[in-house]
Amino acid sequence: MTLTPDPMLEVRDLEMHFPIGGGLLDRLKLDSGGLRLENPIVRAVNGVSFSIGRGEIMALVGESGCGKSTVAKTIARIYKPTVGEIHVDGEDIAGHGFAEMLPVRAKMQMIFQDPYASLNPRQKVRDIVAEPLLEQAKTAADRKAVPDQIEKLLARVGLNAEHAGRYPHQFSGGQRQRIGIARALSVTPGLIVADEPVSALDVSIQAQILNLMKDLRDEFGLAYLFISHDLSVVHHIADRVGVMYLGFMVENAPRDVLFSRPRHPYTRALLSAAPSIKPKRSSEEIVLSGEVPSALDLPEGCCFRTRCPFAWDRCARERPALQDVGDGQTVACHLTDEPERDRP
Amino acid sequence: MTRQIKSKPLLAVQDLHTHFHTFAGTVKAVNGVSFEVGAGEVMGLVGESGGGKSVVGFSILGLIDSPGKIEGGQILLDGQDLVSAGENRLRQVRGREISMVFQDPMTSLNPLHTVGRQMDEVLCLHSDLDAAARKQACIDMLESVGISRAEERLKAYPHQFSGGMRQRVVIAIAMLARPRLIIADEPTTALDVTIQSQILKLMRQQIADKGASMILITHDLAVVSEMADHITVLYCGNVVERGKTRELIETPTHPYTRGLIDSIPDTAERHDRLKQIPGSVPDIRNLPKGCNFKDRCPRAQALCAEREPTLTAQHGSLWAACHFPLKPGELA
Repeated sequence: MTLTPDPMLEVRDLEMHFPIGGGLLDRLKLDSGGLRLENPIVRAVNGVSFSIGRGEIMALVGESGCGKSTVAKTIARIYKPTVGEIHVDGEDIAGHGFAEMLPVRAKMQMIFQDPYASLNPRQKVRDIVAEPLLEQAKTAADRKAVPDQIEKLLARVGLNAEHAGRYPHQFSGGQRQRIGIARALSVTPGLIVADEPVSALDVSIQAQILNLMKDLRDEFGLAYLFISHDLSVVHHIADRVGVMYLGFMVENAPRDVLFSRPRHPYTRALLSAAPSIKPKRSSEEIVLSGEVPSALDLPEGCCFRTRCPFAWDRCARERPALQDVGDGQTVACHLTDEPERDRP
Repeated sequence: MTRQIKSKPLLAVQDLHTHFHTFAGTVKAVNGVSFEVGAGEVMGLVGESGGGKSVVGFSILGLIDSPGKIEGGQILLDGQDLVSAGENRLRQVRGREISMVFQDPMTSLNPLHTVGRQMDEVLCLHSDLDAAARKQACIDMLESVGISRAEERLKAYPHQFSGGMRQRVVIAIAMLARPRLIIADEPTTALDVTIQSQILKLMRQQIADKGASMILITHDLAVVSEMADHITVLYCGNVVERGKTRELIETPTHPYTRGLIDSIPDTAERHDRLKQIPGSVPDIRNLPKGCNFKDRCPRAQALCAEREPTLTAQHGSLWAACHFPLKPGELA
């Protein structure tokens, strides 16, 4: 992977496993004559590393269950990572407790997917946006400045001052997402983790929010970790794109490189599956059969081999590691070593 | 689409009005919608949330419950009106002549019954086959939608299938009685993109094989442009534009259609900013006088506030409801 000097966020070998509980009787399994207590674990994220420079927009794409949202929530420390390091502005926060996280939250904020569920319905907009500010305020003077700041923030995201006294249900989806953005922006963070921020919105509103997020990046030098399943949105907003599958990063490249020369078979399949309003030009279409395997029971070797049209015996034996292929592109696929196998 | 020449469409919706009478006022969800679907044709119904596209689909099948009511218009299936038809006639139509594929495959299957039983029910109602023949028909249908080990899978419950597989089952059920028209309401919205392309391919192939027609309801212009022969664009319960797919996508004449197309980020070209439609959809309980789109429209003039535009013929196959439509190649 490329090393950005002085990155805003650096993630190293992040793993996130969730044990799924269940009663004793559910977990007891008869195994070759004896009883065994099973401990099923969902391996949501399996060793993901990447970094985001200041003012850079990095997108993570993949299908549902690929671990992209888990990565976002682990970085925002909603989850405590099983293994790995998360450096925000140089500070490793992977093991931080609640109190230690408080100053970090002034540098990193989150925008959520569902603008209906991520705002407290009993709080006025003013109080929603004020909360991070008051949480971070150190002096009485800081607290006194809050109302002024709220007005400025609301204006910046395209809401007006009279909206401050209203409740979330009085707003449309797009306006609610603006409130969420104002809340994230309130403490002037350097990094915003945005988990599918536009996927619940209609396309005309989606364009408004994407434009706003881009303008804010230019104005405040924000870095975004932008989670999305929508390739066209990612192509529009990201500088760099990481493709995830089953909790692994399979490809990571600058946007233009990824969209013009995707290397991993999964990336190629994703790109050719995306519907477009333009008539399809390329006939080089990889159509995937089957579905994503369960994260409870990861395949041996390459995670993608069960659906990959190129897979051969090496893919079952050996898990491919991310390899640098030039132009800032890294790919985890054995085809990089044996390109002659790259034909259907 | 030369409307005069076409003798008899399979389905003709004429001036449909479906209103919901709520305490907060009357919601005119569908307010004078007309369109036609020819035999073997795929018609895309597009629009943003609140456009009324799903309510059109439910109205066709007579699935509007109180406080909703079809207040006017006709829905002609082979020239026979469904709005005035009784419940018995509608029950013959549903599933046999017109069937529906819903958005969410989690909730449109009964979790308490096996897939086999839910499929069998359709054939019990709509065919006179005996039990063995019905079972064979179910197995054949499951296989044709790409579900392997079909005989075993008949005994499985919906929760034992993944989302994509469940949607295949729903499509299989919809196709079982060989309907002439399928209404698919956001059939792939809940699915991942690689599964979406599998399902779209399957639906295209099933329709072609069985010679059925389809109304594809979706918010996703990209999906509709790959699937449909004709597109009807709805805004606030009205048709704002309709015509052949390629013409409508490439040279739309209504500023709303133009705006919708321009707000899609496209991977082929990159602009620093997306074109956006300002504002948001007005409250449909309280629609403005004149054109519903005028407050968001860059071309709006005084006339737009006074008089509601009606559908008029534009270039090619396009019809648009706009006082100041765009010429081919003109930007909004």
